[in-house]
Amino acid sequence: MRRVLIWAPLALFALVFALVAGGLISPGDRTVHSAMIGKPAPATPLRPLLPNKPGIQSFATDKPRLVNVFASWCPPCILEAPQLMKLKRAGVEIDGVATADTADAMQAFLSRNGDPFARIGDDRNRATQIAFGSAGVPETFVIGADGRIAYQHVGDIRADDVPKLLAQLEKAK
Amino acid sequence: MKAADRHPGEGRGLMRRAVRLRPEIPAVAGMTAGLLLALAVPALADSKLPPADLAFTQLPDPAQEAEAKALMDTLRCLVCQGQSIADSDAEMAGDMRALVRQRIAAGERPGEVRKWLVQRYGDYVTYDPPLSWATAPLWIAPIALLIAGIFIARRSFRRRGA
Repeated sequence: MRRVLIWAPLALFALVFALVAGGLISPGDRTVHSAMIGKPAPATPLRPLLPNKPGIQSFATDKPRLVNVFASWCPPCILEAPQLMKLKRAGVEIDGVATADTADAMQAFLSRNGDPFARIGDDRNRATQIAFGSAGVPETFVIGADGRIAYQHVGDIRADDVPKLLAQLEKAK
Repeated sequence: MKAADRHPGEGRGLMRRAVRLRPEIPAVAGMTAGLLLALAVPALADSKLPPADLAFTQLPDPAQEAEAKALMDTLRCLVCQGQSIADSDAEMAGDMRALVRQRIAAGERPGEVRKWLVQRYGDYVTYDPPLSWATAPLWIAPIALLIAGIFIARRSFRRRGA
């Protein structure tokens, strides 16, 4: 018994070492994912933020939708703007959920970074963002033709995310 | 802590290190600092909107406010993940406080509001995790350790007595 027990501290050390090394080699995923995947998209309509662009009547229609939760004050949103333009050129209709934003700031943002949006809804108090289970900007959601949230992309859209999103939109038909 | 509404893990740390490097080895450190600064995302990423009505205002009914406060203490701020929305100064935490107060004022029970948020963000959003298969060790471990402790204590005391 004692001969076995003498190895216990070493074994304990190895265990703690493996735990810490594991945490260093692959740090845990701190991304907050929405728990709404597969559930019906929020039903509340959003009124327009800009005078010359419609708001969002409903997130659930009979075709797949791409919803971009963004803000004019968010730097990564500037970074992903060219990719959204690419998606628009690929024929995707993009709905923008403008988080805590003003019309003036948004107008300036769009004239600087391009305007890929078919509609922009005013989500002043983040009620819609929270209803989507989104924890920050930018985030992008694919809503299926069945009106359910099919896919969530957290963070800015990079060039290699564009085909992924297009595939998800195709799958959501 | 004032946290900007950005995704965690960006900015700040890099910036601080970049500034600290400079006086030691000017040429290389300067370039490194420049590179790190270029990589860092500006930390100032808050909107310029005034906070939501109920973010910093208590409900007129003290009983409802007490319920709302108790619930807010157990809800995690999603942009500053170590704090509750009651403690956090992040804009999103303010909007979540407003949402909690609105729903409580409209007559919803705190449990229903919590459930609504858990449906959106998972158990992660609450500091008071419900008992399930995944959280069972959290609840059972203290009891199991206590029982083991009593067992060990009894055994060692008995030996001394004999």
